[in-house]
Amino acid sequence: MMQQMLDFIFGRLKPSDFVQEPITAIAGYSMVGALILAIIGLTYFKKWRWLWRTWITTLDPKKIGIMYILVAIVMLLRGLADAVLLRAQQALDNAAGTLLTSNQFQQIFSAHGSIMIFFVAMGIIFGVFNLIIPLQIGARDVAFPFLNSVSFWLFVAGMILINAPLVVGQFSAAGWLAYPPLSELQYSPNSGVDYWIWSLQIAGIGSLLSGINFFVTILKMRAPGMTLMKMPIFVWSALASTGLIMFAFPILTATLGMLSLDRLMGMHFFTTTGGGNPMMYINLIWAWGHPEVYILVLPALGIFSEVVSTFSRKKIFGYTSMVIALLAIAILSFSVWVHHFFTMGTGADVNAFFGIMTMIIAIPTGVKVFNWIFTMYRGRVRFTTPMLWFMGFIVTFTLGGLAGVLMAVPAADFQLNNSLFLVAHFHTMIVGGVLFGAFAGFTYWFPKFTGFTLNERLGRYAFWNWIVGFLLAFVPLYILGFMGATRRLDSYDPSLGWQGLFIVAGIGVAIICVGVFFQLLQIGYSIKKRHENRVGNDPWNGRSLEWSIASPPPEYNYAVIPTVTQRDEFWEQKKKKHGSLIKPAYQDIWLPKNSGLGPIIGGFALLFGIAVIWYMWWLLVIGLIGVIVTVIIRLTSDDTERKLSAAAVAKYELKRGII
Amino acid sequence: MRKENKQNLRRLKQVLLSGFIAVAMLGLLGYVTYGRNVPLLDTKGLIANQERDLILLTFGLGLVVVIPVFILLFTVAWRYRAGNTKARYDPEMSGHRGLEALWWGIPGVIILILGIITVISSHALDPYKPINSSVKPVKIQVVSLSWRWLFIYPEEGIATINYLTIPKNTPIDFTITSDAPMNSFWIPALAGQVYAMSGMSTQLHLMASRTGTFSGSSANMSGEGFASMRFRVSSINENDYKTWASNTRASKETSLLTDSTYENIAMPSRDSVARTFLLMDSGLYNKIIMKNMSTNNSNGKSVNASGMAM
Repeated sequence: MMQQMLDFIFGRLKPSDFVQEPITAIAGYSMVGALILAIIGLTYFKKWRWLWRTWITTLDPKKIGIMYILVAIVMLLRGLADAVLLRAQQALDNAAGTLLTSNQFQQIFSAHGSIMIFFVAMGIIFGVFNLIIPLQIGARDVAFPFLNSVSFWLFVAGMILINAPLVVGQFSAAGWLAYPPLSELQYSPNSGVDYWIWSLQIAGIGSLLSGINFFVTILKMRAPGMTLMKMPIFVWSALASTGLIMFAFPILTATLGMLSLDRLMGMHFFTTTGGGNPMMYINLIWAWGHPEVYILVLPALGIFSEVVSTFSRKKIFGYTSMVIALLAIAILSFSVWVHHFFTMGTGADVNAFFGIMTMIIAIPTGVKVFNWIFTMYRGRVRFTTPMLWFMGFIVTFTLGGLAGVLMAVPAADFQLNNSLFLVAHFHTMIVGGVLFGAFAGFTYWFPKFTGFTLNERLGRYAFWNWIVGFLLAFVPLYILGFMGATRRLDSYDPSLGWQGLFIVAGIGVAIICVGVFFQLLQIGYSIKKRHENRVGNDPWNGRSLEWSIASPPPEYNYAVIPTVTQRDEFWEQKKKKHGSLIKPAYQDIWLPKNSGLGPIIGGFALLFGIAVIWYMWWLLVIGLIGVIVTVIIRLTSDDTERKLSAAAVAKYELKRGII
Repeated sequence: MRKENKQNLRRLKQVLLSGFIAVAMLGLLGYVTYGRNVPLLDTKGLIANQERDLILLTFGLGLVVVIPVFILLFTVAWRYRAGNTKARYDPEMSGHRGLEALWWGIPGVIILILGIITVISSHALDPYKPINSSVKPVKIQVVSLSWRWLFIYPEEGIATINYLTIPKNTPIDFTITSDAPMNSFWIPALAGQVYAMSGMSTQLHLMASRTGTFSGSSANMSGEGFASMRFRVSSINENDYKTWASNTRASKETSLLTDSTYENIAMPSRDSVARTFLLMDSGLYNKIIMKNMSTNNSNGKSVNASGMAM
């Protein structure tokens, strides 16, 4: 009776699930410790109310964007720690005994991949979308401010779920895409794969909602006069990326849903017996997975377009080409997914078709590279840190692209697939593309949201450590691929002669860590010296609208919505030199009221996730009803906006010295 | 004047430092690579040779674009640096039709060439295509287990675990399945990989052109012990192969591969000891496939992966 009661309450959660291997425990409890310290700190300094009012309940996309970036930074450190452990294990192979057990090693690489894609790269792009899109299109807000908050808190719920196995239970050991049959109940009976499914499922729904939100924002909320072909390239890249999100993420949701039904209800979508077929899963997950790569990389390409044009003090070269290239990449990205499994015995004609479609993507990508280089041509190029990241990006992205074209040829891919060559390729694209883009954007837009610049010298140190570390970490993997080293090996035969290269790769990761240290130092130091680095609205001699307003921007962004007549509107206005003599006509501004319902929905989604992972069915009902009721409460409330009177706006603008 | 000297000195220091770092990196990489076995380049089989040539050809074609990109990147960046006031500054320049046509066009032509190469090579190197040869092929059935490889020689009536003996200059017809999560059957010195999937049968054809010992592995992670799924491939002379097969059959040390022995070796284990068996049931391979197949679909024929039977 007692046992039944406990089973009902706790599902399959047992006290033994709290027992962890030492390394996992250290990581888990230091995260818990940091959380407790934060709670004590907030209580001691009486900051709870401030936290709740200014951050948690905010519907201001600028604040939500900052929170996305903060979460992404923390998760980047987690993913980096995972990478350090993986490389340490491989570098030490058979020398000092094993650092990690096979199962731990597999949990770590599964977590590394999932976290880096879903909680670092996605976090960064949604952060940047939130911060930049409304400013660049001359809008005061996003199309659906409350939905934006819901998206963010679903992202946080997913983030908590993916880190929870450090403390309770185990994480998936089936790789970041959890191919069945390995991820089916038969081979992975514990809660690990369920953690993976529900963390991605909840965060993924947030991503889908956010994608819709920004797609609509870009299409419907642009300032008057800003036709599509007058938008900054970054906005175009965001439009392409969010368009992909809307088409790709439902596939992920459905695929994860089917895998979950297999595991929870004994269905047979992807089992080999009972009529299922694991090949369907592999097709579906890549039908989402390949567009996902472009969802991440297109905004980074957009950031570089802004950076290279601004720091060359010149118009972007071939605007129309750039837009066509972006859209071509976005559309083609849905026709290449089979190149992830040419080795499944798909047949020569199918392989050749998908191989050629893949190569075709190299054409628009190459066009973008040439256009960026020619944006510098006849320009005045200032090599500030964002430009250094740009130079590093072109080098790594071109080399990684070449590796990609090699693997697009099916018969060549038979030798390269699943090897460390592949691992090196996609890290070159995602680190060299998405992360370098994010770092360039971070340095570029930092003064817009803080009012002061980041320290240049520390930024340069970070860059050089990153680029040297990056080459040392990944060139050995390209070579190891040619030596026949497959990915995900926790041990290997020492007679193969791989250890030296793994050690060099490990040194590379260590140097990257030094780079990250300089970046953290750079942020800390720049905040400390902020009074010396204060800058005005337009520190870089910028081109797009965001540089025309205060740094940091007021809550309403634009006191008067600008009218756009051309590309690079702000640059052209500055050229005319004469300031506007007409006193701006301020009007009342309606802003969304803060709402605690977003975080509450996130909280109920988290409960739902915990319930379904641990089979606590009563909690599942609470989570589900909680989400539905909260949504209904929001839908039925009319009092969601507050008015900022014209006089208040005028007063505020006057105080800032902007007339 | 003095200021300029100082600046030149600083630049010299930077150049020297970055030169030193570059040389050190190259030296380090060279040191850990030199003299190691690189099976993807140092190939020993008909198929792998062609795959290597294909990789090198594609790489060469790619360089046609990559090298100009690097040269342009650094010359343009250097020439139009803000400090160089002699360089022309044209902030209104927003494109150039001819140039843009050039970089839509040239990569387009290269991809066209590569596309033709892709179609030809996808057919020529299709792993399902039998190899043209006057020598009668040897059939080998491959089963991936957790976590080892079972190789069945139906014509010889023997089976091995974790090692493979093949005759030189003889086409080998592999049919591949799995009685475990998905694995990938890969012998880089001889040919590219093909997935091993339960309830399905995939194929791979290859031919060793030299005698020697090569390394094979599973390229797809299949659970805890997957790293130990490494096997040794010995390519020997045709006559030696016949002797090996008959000796193995005659040897007293060869145990019998009965259903119960199979149950035993199919149990998850990381022990990667090579073993040899006498095959008791020539239909074992099909039995393993049937075991993992859909009950609604068991019409007695094994399902081809490309057929996507569901």
